[in-house]
Formats: sequence, C-alpha cells, structure tokens
Amino acid sequence: MSMTRRLFGGTALAAMTLSAGMATAQDDPLRIALVVKALGIGFFEAAAEGAEQAAEELGNVEIIYTGPTDTTAEGQIEVINALIAQQVDAIAVSANDTDALVPALKKAMQRGITVISWDSGVAPEGRELHLNPSSNPLIGNMIIKLAADHLPDGGEVAVLSASATATNQNTWIAEMEKVLGDYPGIEVVATVYGDDLADKSYREAQGLMQAHPDLAAIIAPTSVGIVAAAQAVEDAGKIGEVNVTGLGLPSEMAGAIASGASKSFAIWNPIDLGYSATMLAYQLATDQAEAAPGAEIDMGRMGTLTLDDNTEGAMADPFVYDASNIDQFKDIF
Amino acid sequence: MSAALRSREALLVAVIALLLAVIASRFPGFVAPSNLSAVLYDTAPLILLALGQTAVILTRCIDLSVAANLALTGMLCAMLNAAAPGVPVVAILVLAAGMGAVLGAINGILVWKLTIPPIVVTLGTMTVYRGLIFVVSDGAWVNAHEMSAAFTGFPRQAVLGLPVLSWIALAAAALALVAIVRTPLGRALYAVGGNPSAAVYAGIDVGRTQFLAFVLSGTLAGLTGYLWVARYAVAYVDIAAGFELEVVAACVIGGISIAGGAGTVVGTLLGALFLGIVKNALPVVGVSPFWQLAISGAAIVVAVAFNARAQRRRGRIILRRAEAGS
Repeated sequence: MSMTRRLFGGTALAAMTLSAGMATAQDDPLRIALVVKALGIGFFEAAAEGAEQAAEELGNVEIIYTGPTDTTAEGQIEVINALIAQQVDAIAVSANDTDALVPALKKAMQRGITVISWDSGVAPEGRELHLNPSSNPLIGNMIIKLAADHLPDGGEVAVLSASATATNQNTWIAEMEKVLGDYPGIEVVATVYGDDLADKSYREAQGLMQAHPDLAAIIAPTSVGIVAAAQAVEDAGKIGEVNVTGLGLPSEMAGAIASGASKSFAIWNPIDLGYSATMLAYQLATDQAEAAPGAEIDMGRMGTLTLDDNTEGAMADPFVYDASNIDQFKDIF
Repeated sequence: MSAALRSREALLVAVIALLLAVIASRFPGFVAPSNLSAVLYDTAPLILLALGQTAVILTRCIDLSVAANLALTGMLCAMLNAAAPGVPVVAILVLAAGMGAVLGAINGILVWKLTIPPIVVTLGTMTVYRGLIFVVSDGAWVNAHEMSAAFTGFPRQAVLGLPVLSWIALAAAALALVAIVRTPLGRALYAVGGNPSAAVYAGIDVGRTQFLAFVLSGTLAGLTGYLWVARYAVAYVDIAAGFELEVVAACVIGGISIAGGAGTVVGTLLGALFLGIVKNALPVVGVSPFWQLAISGAAIVVAVAFNARAQRRRGRIILRRAEAGS
C-alpha cells in the first residue's frame, strides 16, 4: 500500500521535475549532492567550493551542498531521505557513522542513485566506492615526521587526540606508532584526549607540559585540539620549547604560526577533496566508470584514483603548511 | 539549620584539602602557588556561571541555557571584534553583559508570564541560542588571528599577580556573598524557593523574583561569553558544549538543593573549585580519560546524597523550634 503511494508520489515528482526541466533547459543538469558531517564547518565549506569547481569544469552539473546541523547519523539519514525524495543523481557523503547510514544509502542505490563516500567512510555495502583524503599510513607517518623534522636530536612528544573513541584519530595514532622506529630519539610519552572541546583540550595540553617538563612537541591530529594546544603553549610562555603540530586548518592555525607556537602542520586540501569526490560521483553517475576492485577512475586535475579490494582509494599525501605558505591559504579554508 | 550548612562547607573544604594532598603526593608541582593560580584561572568561568545558576536554583528553577547563552554572546563579541577591531574592550564587556541579560530575560519572561516549567523553557532556549550562533556565524569560526590583541589580552592580563579573569570571578563571588545576605532580592531568592506560598504572603512576587534570577544568570553567562572566547582565542558553534551540566553539578556539589531554598554562595564557590581541581588534576596525575567521567559523576551522586541528608535534618530542626516556641 505504502509502496504504491510512494511510486505514485515518485511519478508525480518526476513529472514535475521533467516539466520544470523542459521549461528551462534541454538537458536536466546532473544533480550531485554533497552530504557533509555537519553544516558550518570550514573544512566542509571548502570541500563544497571544490565541488563547485568540479561542476564548473564538467558543465551541466548542479551541486547540492547539504548536511545536518550537528554531527549525528540521525540527522544525515533525514538529509539522505530528503535527497532520495528529490531524486538526485548522485550522493557523495562524509559519514557520521560507518554503519548507521547503510540502510538509507542502500535505498538510494536501489532507486538508481550513485552513492559514494568520501573523507569519513560508509561500510562497503552502503556505497559504491570510498575516497580517502589520504591513506592512514601516510597520515600517521606525516604527523610524526612534522614533529621529528624540528627535533634533529630527538625528544619527548605527546599526542593530544579528540575523543578516545574517534576511529580516525585512533587509526592515525596506531599508524604513527608503527613507523616510530624510523625516527630515532623520538619518544611518545603520553596520549591524552581533549574531546574536541577547546577548554578540555587546553587543559590537557597544560597538563602535558606540567607532567612532562622536557616535552618538545605536542601532536594534535584534530583541528580543535591543535588550536587549543597552541594557545596553551603560548599562554605558558613555552613558544620555542614546545612545538605544536598535527592536523589543522590554515585559517584556524594562522595565529599559531604567526606566534611561533606551531612551526608547521598538515592537512589534505579539502578543496581538492570536494573536487575529487564530485569528479568520481560524476564518472559513476554517467556510467563512464565502474567502481570495482582494481579500477582506475579519473579525477580530473587530481589524477586517477585506484581502488583496493574494499573499493577504497586514497587521494594524495597530506599537504604541509608553514610560515612560508600560510598567508596564501588562510583565507581559503 | 545553619549548623548543618556550615558543616557542609567545612566538609567540602576538608574534601578539597584531602584531594590536594592526594594529588600533591603523586605530582607535587600541582600545589605550587603558580599552579593553583592557574587552576583558579581555569575555573573562573565555571565560578561565574555557577553563581548565576545558584540564584536560579534557589528559586526552584534551573537554567540549562547558560552554556548556549555564553556561546552565542561569545560568538557575537568575537564577530564584532573581527569586524571592528577598534571597539574598546570596556564597550564589549558592557555589550556582552547586556546581551546575556536579554537572553536571560527571555527565559525569565517565559517562566514568569507564561508559567512554563523552567526546565522546558531553558531546554528550548538552549537549542534556540545554539541555533542562532549558527545563523549569525554561518557556522564559520572566528580565529585567533582575526581577533585584536586587546580583545584576547584582557582576561589574561595580570593584575596583582592574578589574571583579570580570576579577579572578575572573585569580585562576582564577593558581590554575590554580600547581595544574597544583605539585599531584599537575596533574601527573596531563599523565600521563593523555600516556600513559595509563604513568600507570597510575605509580599514577595514569586514570578518576578524568578525572572530576576534568570536575568542575573544570563548577565553572568553573557559576560563569561566574551571572557571565554577571548581566553581560548577562538569562537565556534560548539564552544562550551555541555558546560551547563558542569555548572549545575558545581551548584549541587556545593550543597545548593535542587528543590530550592537551601545552599550558600560559599558552597557554590567550593563546589566549582572542587570540580575545577578535579578537572585540572586528572590530566597531570595521568588518570585514564574514561575514569575522569566516572569520577566527576561519582562526586555529583555523593553530593546529592549529602544534600538529601541535609534536608531531612532541616525538617527535624524546624519542628523542634516550633515545639520550643509553643
């Protein structure tokens, strides 16, 4: 019963969009929805900018930038259901939960919508491919390298993470520990959790400096944590003694680079990420490529994405920002 | 009754002293004066909000919107500073307190004139205020390099050895101490919470008193909003997320009865300091983050158990007095 209603509803909607399409243009634009973890996060705003760049390059592509107002899976499911009702052509999602979105995304794929995940992935049955901004080993290596580069004689470093249950943080830290042997003299003395709250991260950073007076670097692979740690180092008068590094956004870290609390940090370029996700969604939605293990899919200016056995691929190395290029990027994202 | 409350505060002082001793045995640097000053600095926002919350809880209400109020005011101050760096800090302070008062007054009006339960009102306005931050900021952050040096420098500026933020918290506590004992409003807060019917017969407007308590709480939250943003040199939608529960916890640990009408400003102050010390000590003594939550939660439960006992005792004393009087 409800199925018939839905079908009729769908037909009516299709008829409406068809007539609207005829009124304005010959071809309906290909509509690609960029679903983010939450609206209003600089990183995702920048990704949306990249998506627009891709749309411009491709022509006849409309980007729908959307997401919930807080980072919940429930909110994203609502957004996805709304997009299914609008019959978009493709959904590219950065998921708040690996599994919770699968039923909604499966439904979308059954309706012929191309579904890919990017940044934060969805379980394989809920998407056609997943675009990692970088690979976990590359990031793990990068964050320790950033600290080690400024410590030629070695020293004590500590990790300031987000929450103790954040999957991506834990994976990066685990990968970092694997390559620790490549950086002789570098010792990781503690891992603490700031829960992505400015005040808690600040307090944890203060605690690190007190508990480990010889601390030479704080690695924070989270954008809230790195800013708070830099502020804590500055307030403690330890600029030059403790270097704050990790993953952060240029706009948020510009002050810390200027004060010297942070010598360098890294992040993948979210503009490139949004651009690549859009390119991939376009390739799949127009059947120019198929997501299968081993497939190589074109990402325009970002080269090609090679899929592994889980139909996942890595876009590029994290990009390093320091005093030499921060001014160029701080107004972008 | 006052003996019971005094013992409550004495108990808290003893617990805090014991806590400091235990921490010092594991990490001696924690009790150095410079570090204790840092702990006070870190706890100052909690003290400010807890003082406002005390007034509200005394009148049998609760204000869950304080953290959202803080975040909204803080964001507006930060945006104002980013757009017009020339505006003096004094003007921003006045504006922040004023904004906070207006946001608090909205709560107060809804509780007073529409007699909606305060928990529902402030749960609603909490969400509204958080949403508004998103609307005004478009979700964008205001970062350290966009703020002026005077703006971020004010709370951390040292005066007589303590940062301004600490002084503001101490001044607010001193004012509250005097106001709650020496002003009609201070006494009305207890009367309204202790027995609303009796308060009406005594000529106290219950709704108006609750309204004023909300305005007070809002003003302090607004003021803290600027100080918070300046202190951490960053403003974004989620600042102080969940902080309202910490504020209520500080009051409860300090012996403010959730049922209204009982508790002291000194208790609140000690409750906030207790939480502040726990929060600052756990990272340095190297307790697992999972235990940190459990320890804070356990402290609250123990405090509530003590509150319940304190209230039973109060009942008995009143009866005894009545008997003696007859």
